[in-house]
Amino acid sequence: MKYVELMLEAMQYDFMRRALLVGVLIGLSCAFLGTFLVLRRLSMIGDGLAHVSFAAVALALLLSASPLLISIPLVVVASFAIMSLGENSAVNGDAAIGLVASFSVAAGVIIATMARGFNVDLMSYLFGSILLITNTEVLISALLSVAVLAVVIFFFNSLFAVTYDEEFARVMGLKTSQLNYLIGILTAVTIAIGIRVVGTMLISSLIIFPTVTALQVARGFKASVLIAALVSVTCVVLGIFASYVFNLPTGATIVMFNAGAFAVAFVIRRMSLA
Amino acid sequence: MSDCVVVSNLTVKYGKHEVFSDVSFAVESGDYIGIAGPNGSGKTSLVKALLGIIPVASGSISICDQKGNLLPVGYLPQKSIQSDPLFPARVREVVALGLLADKRGARFLNSDDRQKVDLVLHKLGVLELANNKIGSLSGGQQQRVLLARAMVNSPRLLVLDEPTSALDPRVREEFYGLLGKLNSEDGVTILLISHDMSSIGKYTKKLLYLDRGIVFYGTYDEFCQSEAMGQYFGPVSQHQFCWRHGHEVR
Repeated sequence: MKYVELMLEAMQYDFMRRALLVGVLIGLSCAFLGTFLVLRRLSMIGDGLAHVSFAAVALALLLSASPLLISIPLVVVASFAIMSLGENSAVNGDAAIGLVASFSVAAGVIIATMARGFNVDLMSYLFGSILLITNTEVLISALLSVAVLAVVIFFFNSLFAVTYDEEFARVMGLKTSQLNYLIGILTAVTIAIGIRVVGTMLISSLIIFPTVTALQVARGFKASVLIAALVSVTCVVLGIFASYVFNLPTGATIVMFNAGAFAVAFVIRRMSLA
Repeated sequence: MSDCVVVSNLTVKYGKHEVFSDVSFAVESGDYIGIAGPNGSGKTSLVKALLGIIPVASGSISICDQKGNLLPVGYLPQKSIQSDPLFPARVREVVALGLLADKRGARFLNSDDRQKVDLVLHKLGVLELANNKIGSLSGGQQQRVLLARAMVNSPRLLVLDEPTSALDPRVREEFYGLLGKLNSEDGVTILLISHDMSSIGKYTKKLLYLDRGIVFYGTYDEFCQSEAMGQYFGPVSQHQFCWRHGHEVR
């Protein structure tokens, strides 16, 4: 009862309502995209782009500009760079992610060292600070999340086709290269807005965990996306409330709930196979 | 019989490497062609060029009916079996992908499409597997499902790349029986790639033998009467092949 009262009390605060709204929308975007990324073995692209967003945030803070508005174009360009490097047979896909990610972190560290004044702000982007989110950030994040979800739903069948069998999708007349770049743009936008929730260090977990959890129990593709979305939203909501109640860092708490959900799904799968 | 596929002076290259050059042939409607050749001879590249998956360096390809309308094509790719048992796709979802060619924009599926999926699954004898996860099926069942995906939009031309390489002999026999029915009863034109000359000779009507260009294209009777083929394969191999498949040897 004490915890329920604390949760009800939390809902009276604007910052909690804002955090829940943005958290749920970003959780949904990450889960929808995560299914395509994980099944295409592109899980680590999220991690690579999160590193790019670290450099982008450092640059934005140096220029006193909005981190979101600087991050989105830079992360989109980085996702294109990763994909075009990966398409080039001279560089493997995972090596392309490593190249772009390490270059970005190095650039971010140099920028942060040059401008010593904003290191505290940068820390809040490293590990997330959803409870400090402003009204403008809420609006931009909500609009972008809804746009990401709408695009994924509109192209759902095409994205599924490319994910299952890219060659067959091409025979069906789908523009597979354009769809791959679309996934890159959507991922970049989701990462840029998602770093406010769990930070650059943990954003890839929001993409990977719910999908991998859903894969343990789902039999169909649509079911997998829906289960991933449900897991993601549940973990975000529980994580935000738990961080308030137990005074824990929000991003890390959300990731812990995701890890717990994966463990439960993993055990269910093992038991059903036994 | 009208020509269904017409290939003229086709050359395919990967960068500077020429896979084959100056390939020309025509396939009649209702034909069942076996495409064979050694590794690296250009079999898969030929069908990928036919299907528009890879660009051609020069030459032309036409896949049309008598009136010049583009024919719907079904494709069963090489190594198409999804070996990942965790991939979450039901049989119905996979087969429905074969209908996306007829869709535009969001490519949403409707109730008619769902009926088409069930019909083709029924025809290929796998309707009871419709709600199963494809990764949980046996190799033979998966290959039937992927054939259903290739057939769901009622193609007039079916292209299969090594469809039986992962199947055991009994399932392979069943699969070829299914293809034979599609060809003889439904009039579907079939192009079948296989490195297994024995299977091709047993089930298909004509042979197209590639080795960086066309070495032979014609019926098996013509193949067995050809002195040039005797020299290419060696007279003993040619005699053995023709004798095994009941063709008169020159």
